[in-house]
Amino acid sequence: MGTEISVKEYVVRLGDDALILGHRLSEWCRNAPFLEEDLALSNVALDFIGRASMFYTYAAELSGQDVTEDTFAYQRDCRDFKNHLIHELPRGDFAFTMVRQYFVDVYSLAFMTSLLESSDSRLAAIAGKAIKESEYHHRRSEEWMMRLGESTQESHRRLQSAVDELWRFTGELFDQDSPERELVANGVAVDTRALEADWNQAITATMSKISIEIPKDELQVTGGREGKHTEFLGFLLSELQFLQRTYPGLEW
Amino acid sequence: MDRRDIGRFVGMDQAEEEKVFQERVDAEEKIEPKDWMPDKYRKTLIRQISQHAHSEVIGMQPEGNWLTRAPTLHRKAVLLAKVQDEGGHGLYLYSAAETMGVSREEMIDDLHEERAKYASIFNYPTLTWSDIGAIGWLVDSAAIVNQISLQRTSYGPYARAMVRICKEESFHQRQGYNIMMTLMRGSDEQKAMAQDSVNRFWWPVLMMFGPHDSDSVHSAQNMKWKIKRQSNDDLRQKFIDQTVEQANAIGILLPDPDLKWNEERGHYDFGEIDWEEFRRSMSGGGPCSRLRLAHHRQVHEEGEWVREAMRVYENKKRSNQEAA
Repeated sequence: MGTEISVKEYVVRLGDDALILGHRLSEWCRNAPFLEEDLALSNVALDFIGRASMFYTYAAELSGQDVTEDTFAYQRDCRDFKNHLIHELPRGDFAFTMVRQYFVDVYSLAFMTSLLESSDSRLAAIAGKAIKESEYHHRRSEEWMMRLGESTQESHRRLQSAVDELWRFTGELFDQDSPERELVANGVAVDTRALEADWNQAITATMSKISIEIPKDELQVTGGREGKHTEFLGFLLSELQFLQRTYPGLEW
Repeated sequence: MDRRDIGRFVGMDQAEEEKVFQERVDAEEKIEPKDWMPDKYRKTLIRQISQHAHSEVIGMQPEGNWLTRAPTLHRKAVLLAKVQDEGGHGLYLYSAAETMGVSREEMIDDLHEERAKYASIFNYPTLTWSDIGAIGWLVDSAAIVNQISLQRTSYGPYARAMVRICKEESFHQRQGYNIMMTLMRGSDEQKAMAQDSVNRFWWPVLMMFGPHDSDSVHSAQNMKWKIKRQSNDDLRQKFIDQTVEQANAIGILLPDPDLKWNEERGHYDFGEIDWEEFRRSMSGGGPCSRLRLAHHRQVHEEGEWVREAMRVYENKKRSNQEAA
């Protein structure tokens, strides 16, 4: 067992994060508060689905068998998915989706900046593409924090309740298990623990500007990287995978 | 002096204005938002363009239903890009209608109050994955035939919106046809699925072109004003002629026993359309008509607090800038 398996696992994890969030975002298409947002949320969804495809394609190449990007997306069960839990939570209202997006965007921007330095040139190349997208995503979700935070009482209330709901899923973003830590040592993976302080600072700064309180000492929900999910993921997968499961082994 | 301004300067009466207007239309000049135009022309266009916009937007629903169920990552991304484009077309068209002095809010209100219609084809449900193929192939083909013709419509903003839209629609049509082609190369189940979709969508798609010319109430005046450039029956024939070949190429049977080549006419003959079914689906009897509108209303209501927050935020920003 060399690092080959671990690199593949790592890449699949990153693919899982991107796919599950992209899927959730795509649910907004035809359900957004106004037409321009249908388009904008679809754009972001497309970026994440594209990212999933890049990671899974690389993982498929590392697998070296009869495996494609779709094998990872469509033929694994709940426990095999290793995405962070925050991505699988239902889309909620628009405030919930935008707060999640803001949390993820601040994280992704730092993550991809760091992945750019990966000793794995393929991962660095994916990061190069993703970072440009994340810059745009980040500008957009931050702008929405301001809009929702500084306008009406209702939008402020919804924003606060989204932050309250989501906060306990953020700690996991900075957790790393031993396979990942090994890859950090090899210079392949991003040291996410090193991202936490800056992330906290950025989020705190934004939230204090719009008078949103961040929950204190909240117990964190974790388990995504071990495949211990919320119950929501099973439903998501049964929808996502329904055709491939009903008619296995066909071309679509 | 530009002919479009002449009336204002020489104090023409209504009849003279109309005469000049018709001359400009006859000379294939585009009518622009600030030009004089007959009231009825304006009303007809507002109705047509807004209904066209609503159709794009309501059309996001039957296809959008499959975004979370698309069978591969590639299909998922392509479908998402496609449905997103349909929304974009809605935006161009709302903007084109707005040049005639009606706001998007008013148009959406008319849709919700059922004063404005949308294409009845979207009242049919998408039951299987191949319905996504059938819609892309057949519905978008039909839309292209209609919209290519509308690129030459007399109202400038509408004509230009059609040019942009047609470019994207041909990509949609190809993705739909590609889905059908892939299915027809696949298993027996996939072939049956594809055939079943065409069986269900074929006749409703033919109805998209509207009633026969002899029964079409608006046609004559709209042709004279060049809002409409080709008749319903001519467009329908054009669509059928091109689609038969495409169906043959992938082994799909079009569900019409009367469909056959007529050497003399140089066109395919086809069977009679069930107009009773057309009237039923236009007047809200289609399987999904209530659902489509209810969904649009519900999403619109759910989004009200977001739009309100945006308005408040923009106003605040503006008054802060003014104070600074």
